[in-house]
Amino acid sequence: MLEAFLDALLLQAGYNAALVALGAGLLGVAAGSSGAFLFLRKRALVSDAIAHATLPGVGLAYIVMVMLGGEGRSLPGLLLGSALSAGAGLLAVQWLVARTRLAEDAAIGAVLSVFFGFGIVLLTVIQNMSRGYQAGLEGFLLGSTAGMLFQDALLIAAGGALAVAFTFLFRRPMTITAFDPEFAATAGIDIRRMDLAMMGLVMGVTVIGLKLVGLILIVAMLIIPPVTARLWSERTEHVVLIAGLFGGLSGYLGAALSASAPNLPTGPIIVLIAFSLFVLSLLAAPRRGLLAGARLRQRYRKSLHRHQGLLAIARNDAVRNPATLKLLRREGLIGRDGTATEKGRDLAATAARNEKRWALARQLYTDDVQAGGYDGSRPIEELLTRDAIAQIDERLGEASRDS
Amino acid sequence: MGSEFVQLSLTPMLIGILAAIACALPGNFLVLRRQALIGDAISHVVLPGIVAAFLITGSVSTWPMLLGAAGAAVVAVVLIEAIKRLGRIEPGAAMGVVFTSLFAAGVLLLEQSDTSSVHLDVEHALYGNLESLIWFAAEDWSSLVDSAALRELPPELFRMAGAAFVIALLTLIFWRPLKLSTFDEAFARAVGIPTVAVSLGLVIVSAVAAVAAFDAVGSIIVIAMFICPPAAARLMTNRLERQVFWSIVFATLSAVLGYVLAGYGPLWLGGEHAVSAAGMIATVSGLILALAALFGPHRSRIGAPTGS
Repeated sequence: MLEAFLDALLLQAGYNAALVALGAGLLGVAAGSSGAFLFLRKRALVSDAIAHATLPGVGLAYIVMVMLGGEGRSLPGLLLGSALSAGAGLLAVQWLVARTRLAEDAAIGAVLSVFFGFGIVLLTVIQNMSRGYQAGLEGFLLGSTAGMLFQDALLIAAGGALAVAFTFLFRRPMTITAFDPEFAATAGIDIRRMDLAMMGLVMGVTVIGLKLVGLILIVAMLIIPPVTARLWSERTEHVVLIAGLFGGLSGYLGAALSASAPNLPTGPIIVLIAFSLFVLSLLAAPRRGLLAGARLRQRYRKSLHRHQGLLAIARNDAVRNPATLKLLRREGLIGRDGTATEKGRDLAATAARNEKRWALARQLYTDDVQAGGYDGSRPIEELLTRDAIAQIDERLGEASRDS
Repeated sequence: MGSEFVQLSLTPMLIGILAAIACALPGNFLVLRRQALIGDAISHVVLPGIVAAFLITGSVSTWPMLLGAAGAAVVAVVLIEAIKRLGRIEPGAAMGVVFTSLFAAGVLLLEQSDTSSVHLDVEHALYGNLESLIWFAAEDWSSLVDSAALRELPPELFRMAGAAFVIALLTLIFWRPLKLSTFDEAFARAVGIPTVAVSLGLVIVSAVAAVAAFDAVGSIIVIAMFICPPAAARLMTNRLERQVFWSIVFATLSAVLGYVLAGYGPLWLGGEHAVSAAGMIATVSGLILALAALFGPHRSRIGAPTGS
């Protein structure tokens, strides 16, 4: 199993498997980055409508090709049909949102269920048309790479490469549009056109991915990597880049893993790898991750304990809180007997002086100090300039002389 | 018509109508609250639920399946909420992450386990088996008063009727809190309505409707009925009472027309075999929505420019 997986990873598991893995990787990159644009525009679930709307197109294309005397199973023909009906579905969503008072979520749900239902009707029509002959269109629901023809694998790999190239070409205007549509408009970008290009790209990715992961799960490749990438960065262009990276990684690893053992369907494996990357990121991402959040809270709690302990030392009070005691002792600020060390007294004096400075600063600079977020333990040097502190000290000196 | 209709079409049609109404009722509130896609998410996660139930119990009997599906729906709702809060991610995207991943897990489980001996597959979960819910014991219309024949009615009918009844009852009982918290959450909270509990209850009721319906009719009808009849009804009126009424009318119409068109339409067109009733019901509900969007008296936003 492991050997087979390594073979597949290194593209040694046969020509077709290698092409499929490459295609899935490229598709993942394209899906991740184009999905990132959708996600940042807060329209992630539009992809759900687009994906489900491909089914009637597949069915109609098959029927038309059979009627024209063809075989009906030619992949390019089926994909062309799916692209046309996905476009119709997208137009239907936009029409419902623009011309009626229905919200986008209702429009998406209506389009996806109705188009999908109609697609199912067409599939049963096709079953009846070709008694005893498997059209194999069910493969488009969940994807199937088993027994994929060489030219189909080639089509997927080429389509994936094309989508990646398209994303790369339009990355600047699409990033700006996704981040701030109004700014993009003033910068001379045609937003309608960019939105159209974005949707076209998503449609292309969906159509290419149909055979590989199926129309129900292609949505995952468009949504999960961008959401994951958002956890890692606050910058739009980085989100797009990282989403492409995660998408490509899940596509490539998933296809390789699925090729290395039976009963591991490509689509679900790719999605589950993408989901695992998401869970890992949710835990470990810097700043937004759960671990980083916990560490930040821990550090804050520590600084509060240290500060309160130092103020108590400065007031010659006994420190009672066990957590504070433990912290002060570990940092060598108080000795074993509970009395302050030299270093502790030094720091305590500083803390006490800062506390007085803060008290006065809060009266003098209400706005700045509030905006700077006084939390009781922050060094005042972080917020005020040296001159301002000197001024405060001067007034503190006057106050102590007066009393 | 007579006997053949009673035996082959009456029960599937009734089940279709009941499923449509059971989904359309909570759907009204979901559409107004902009949570329409919850139905979509729930009906996707039903698959891993039933597969898990099958793996645990080793059989395809009804109750474990229903419990598994309901459990999966709860897991999905909890996961969506957790991801939304922990990752600070917008609800739509969080939903997309959860339902696709759970669905993928369901497909994988299905492929890994040996289900070839039982009737359990993705297609079944998607489009159900409405056509097969026939009433064998029925002779003709007089069977409706024949107790022996009545005992042989498909059990799905009673289950669906029970679910529809419970949902209708709950909608009636909680009408006021539901209505208030849907239209003005702040006001509802101010007058002491537990809005969080109301919205959680709504999600649970939707899950019950989805789970009860999917077994008989598949998830496509569930999603379509959650959204299309209420959305069409929304374009007909400004009053919630009338909207709910219209949504029930549209749901019933979709079920009846869809079933008839699927069963008899191909014959009229010279075909020999019926097409998928579930798919056709969804299609008809979409056509009704399209008509409402074109001609509904309240189709545009208030204040939006009218005319061409």
